[in-house]
Amino acid sequence: MKFTLSWLKEHLETDASLGAVADAMTMAGLEVEDVLDSAAALAPFSVARIVSAERHPNADRLQVCQVETVDGVKEIVCGAPNARAGLVTIYAPIGAYVPGLDMTLVEKPVRGVVSNGMLCSAAELEQADDSDGILDLPEHWAVGTPAAEVFAAEPVIDFEVTPNRPDWLGVSGIARDLAATGIGRFIDRTPEPVKGAFPCPVSIRLEAPELCPVFAGRVIRGVKNGPSPQWLQDRLKAIGLRPINALVDVTNLISYDRARPLHVYDVAKLSGDVIVARHGQAAKDSGEPEHLIALDGKTYAASHGMCVIADAGGERPIGLGGVMGGESTGCDEATTDVFIESAWFDPLVTAQTGRTLTISSDAQYRFARGVDPAFVVPGLELATALILDMCGGEASDITVAGEAPAGPAAFDFDPEQVCRLSGLAIGREGVVEVLCRLGFTVEGHGVTVRVTPPSWRRDVEGPADLVEEVARIVGYDQLPTTPLPEVARAASGVLDPRQKRVRVARRALAAMGYAEALTWSFTRRDKAALFGGGDERLVLENPIASDLDCMRPAVLPNLIEAAARNAARGHPDAALFEIGPIYLGDGPNDQRTVIAGLIAPHGPRHWSGAGEDALLALKGDLLAVLEELGAPVASMQLVQGQNPEWWHPGRSARLQLGPKAVIAHFGALHPRVLKALDADGPMLGFEIVLDSMPEPRAAKTAGKSRGPADLPALMPLTRDFAFVVDEAVAAGDLIRAVAGADKALIQDVRVFDVYRGQGVGEGRKSVAIEVVIQPRETTLTDKDIDALSAKVVAAAGKAGATLRS
Amino acid sequence: MTDLNQLELDLINAIGAAESVAGLEDIRVAALGKSGSISGLLKGLGAMSPDERREQGPLINGLRDRVGAAITARKAELEAAELDARLLAERIDLTLPSRPRRKGGVHPTMQAMDEIIAIFAEMGFAVAEGPDIEDDFHNFTALNFPPKHPARELHDTFFLKADPETGERKVLRTHTSPVQVRTMMSEKPPIRIIAPGRTFRKDSDATHTPMFHQVEGLVIDRAIHMGHLKWTLETFVARYFELQGVHARFRPHHFPFTEPSAEMDIRCDRSGGSLKLNEGDDWMEILGCGMVHPNVLRNCGLDPDEWQGFAFGMGVDRLAMLKYGITDLRPMFEADSRWLSHYGFSPFATPNPASGLS
Repeated sequence: MKFTLSWLKEHLETDASLGAVADAMTMAGLEVEDVLDSAAALAPFSVARIVSAERHPNADRLQVCQVETVDGVKEIVCGAPNARAGLVTIYAPIGAYVPGLDMTLVEKPVRGVVSNGMLCSAAELEQADDSDGILDLPEHWAVGTPAAEVFAAEPVIDFEVTPNRPDWLGVSGIARDLAATGIGRFIDRTPEPVKGAFPCPVSIRLEAPELCPVFAGRVIRGVKNGPSPQWLQDRLKAIGLRPINALVDVTNLISYDRARPLHVYDVAKLSGDVIVARHGQAAKDSGEPEHLIALDGKTYAASHGMCVIADAGGERPIGLGGVMGGESTGCDEATTDVFIESAWFDPLVTAQTGRTLTISSDAQYRFARGVDPAFVVPGLELATALILDMCGGEASDITVAGEAPAGPAAFDFDPEQVCRLSGLAIGREGVVEVLCRLGFTVEGHGVTVRVTPPSWRRDVEGPADLVEEVARIVGYDQLPTTPLPEVARAASGVLDPRQKRVRVARRALAAMGYAEALTWSFTRRDKAALFGGGDERLVLENPIASDLDCMRPAVLPNLIEAAARNAARGHPDAALFEIGPIYLGDGPNDQRTVIAGLIAPHGPRHWSGAGEDALLALKGDLLAVLEELGAPVASMQLVQGQNPEWWHPGRSARLQLGPKAVIAHFGALHPRVLKALDADGPMLGFEIVLDSMPEPRAAKTAGKSRGPADLPALMPLTRDFAFVVDEAVAAGDLIRAVAGADKALIQDVRVFDVYRGQGVGEGRKSVAIEVVIQPRETTLTDKDIDALSAKVVAAAGKAGATLRS
Repeated sequence: MTDLNQLELDLINAIGAAESVAGLEDIRVAALGKSGSISGLLKGLGAMSPDERREQGPLINGLRDRVGAAITARKAELEAAELDARLLAERIDLTLPSRPRRKGGVHPTMQAMDEIIAIFAEMGFAVAEGPDIEDDFHNFTALNFPPKHPARELHDTFFLKADPETGERKVLRTHTSPVQVRTMMSEKPPIRIIAPGRTFRKDSDATHTPMFHQVEGLVIDRAIHMGHLKWTLETFVARYFELQGVHARFRPHHFPFTEPSAEMDIRCDRSGGSLKLNEGDDWMEILGCGMVHPNVLRNCGLDPDEWQGFAFGMGVDRLAMLKYGITDLRPMFEADSRWLSHYGFSPFATPNPASGLS
């Protein structure tokens, strides 16, 4: 919402500066977004008169003018065809910044003649969009008059109107709030009624009071329409509106002055003498919705639920009530009899119509937010007075159909509430005084008072609203600063075990060399389908882009695509992780938190060789993270060959506590999936579903004690075994079998070699293991160790292994 | 009679001249071995008269001890030299690069989130979370956005496809306020929580992304007023930006879910392309806040005559950008490894009151 300072001063008596007014607005909740001081931009420019204009000696299209300026007579080269002796125009001295050209004038010869300044067009001064020559001003402007005066330029304030305050969409409403803050005195300009000279020849019929409960109007006959007076044109132009003609300009003025939209109809163009407000309707035979060509020249289809204004006995639509009038009955310079509409349209209906038809207007904006229902007739009176003044004519009586909706309801209010909610210590009198200044009616003297909000404050429903009114007018800068009362803290931190795990996982993975990424919660539906998602219930109705139309079922697709983008930029060696949500359904319990990691194993080559296998390194990272999270790593099973189809069938596995308690998947991604995501393989990843991991044991048992440490007095010893097994036997199974041979003595089982080839046999492999034996009570004799070795061989034998000979 | 002095001189010279442990051993055998020269002299003692023996004994024994000591000392020297020579031959070129380690990092938004949580934890706020996919009640209606109200439009809401059976349209939460609603409906006051998480609005330009992160806060008690709100947020902002204090201003604003409502600005200076807080003539909006609207309390089953409190909300990505000089929002979600490496945080920069926030 824009307005000028002089306009404000018609409603507010104040000596405050522009800056003080803007500050007061912001602190009262009218957040000033911009103060445009166009007078400042025009400061270098002033009125000048061309004394003589001669052909430029070296250029046919240029003239060399002697110009009488504020700086004396100057020789100025001018290319405008309309430059001539006697022309009154605007002069820019050397050094002036010309806003329309975005340049600062420097003294330089033009085809050999030095130009000591410039004569300006309206466009160069940003007073018009384009111009054919330099300004041609009325002769009464004296040389030296500032251009700002010529253009009546003055500061424009632009501020944000919050949706609860439609009364701020009129300058008068702004003035009322500013006056309440103490910056000036509100000037009450209640319109004087204009007595009608004859009965209103147009009658109004309300067929849909739920859309339009009240509709007032009157005819003024014998008007002479034409351009509105200069002051009105200047006022509208200053805030970016285009003057049209006096009748229309008056409605626009009142819309911005009083937040009261009006509409004017050319009576000669009306069919019949009844105006009907009704629902939009479809043709009975074809079912076609009715159409209306609005004042913006576009055609709109009106349907049931929208308010249509119609004539011809209610048959012909001539306007969308509260939104825009129709082209067929608009006022132009030939209009002699005008019907003025001042109605009240339901806010939700008007808002919905605007959304459905994607049509907006100053009227629609105001009605959608709620217009003062008590100003229907006064607004009409104000328009009448202005039109009679500008266009002459004779007004009819006012005709009113329906009844204005009731104003906001009164309620009881304890002024103590102000202190209770805001902390501002203001006495009852102070509270009551602020409310009265804002137009509230306060009755009673008890503990509670009865407050009736003014008709324009339909947003005020209860005591909390009044607290805000008082607090913002007194000023939020007066609020006390009060420390929060101390509360008992959770003894073990404020995070729950799951939140703590997220925190640990983040920093553990970062320490292992993974960079944390945050990616969209959405992906493309067919990509989601690749990872087991894409359910209809998780598809967005209005995605931001067609490739982000579905909630993700996994984090990996986003990380894969991120790695592919990095590769495309020349950085193929990605190590990324993300901790975030996945969506299995649309219910509140269908969201899971996933810890996902991705490696694109394209690290730089190293002189010492390839190093550890990337997939087993990733497995190591995964186990290390799980250990940090307190997962029961020792009792987890690794199951290979049962991963979902987006994993490499031979190079992926899952970690589980049981078939229904899968904690993580890891491995290489399936090349088919990578190809579908436009990513070059190989890529390796893991995804831990945090929600399926049991809580760390420490969190369950009471106390933080770790118990005594196990520090055996005896030295551990090791024995090596080489077993031959079928290729299909998993090393992990052999390890588990050996470890189970004597759980008391065997502390660890390590694989130190895997050999295939000569001496082992086709389809078989030799797995060399080191068994770590920890004697407990006594030193082991050779006999004891032999017995243990026999148990190891026997256990391995059950897993299909024979001792290599 | 052997000239003992000459023998000693010869042996000591030979020992000194020995070039290797093996050569030295030859000298030892020749002198002290079974048939060595000194061994021979010692054997000769037995054939001597007692007087002669008394005179020669100490001389020969002394000779043996000195030569023995000289051999031991020379042997140590030679061994040390041999070890040095061997070690020199084992030289490794240490200018060769070690195996490069990947350097990971924590995303700046998550670092900021951890910082914010740490600050509010100090003030006794617990951390509450809730689902990203919400229903209309928790995202709007309970928060005093009446159905069809234009204020809903301001949120640029993402909708899921309507359920074919019920017709219900789920939304992606436009703020984390639904977590406040869920907390008020499930817990008894007093309540002191923050609600961090992902939020979604259909908006995309230099300063908006369709997904972003918020932290909201909620305090419900019997006598909490705007003064507490002001202290809490001023304290928070000063600590977050690691300033001694903050020059803030609270401005009236409008939100459907709070009454009175406010926005908090910080004085700043944006001249010269960098942001300086607490200086200059500009104000930068940092967050929205207010007293929880009585309708919201009622919708959550709390009696506004008994319970009251404040709520606030802020954008975490933006706070991270302001603090860490990140000028463009969009790369936050693009996972460009170069960007992540520049703006990422060390895993060991865990915010805590002892060593600071970052």
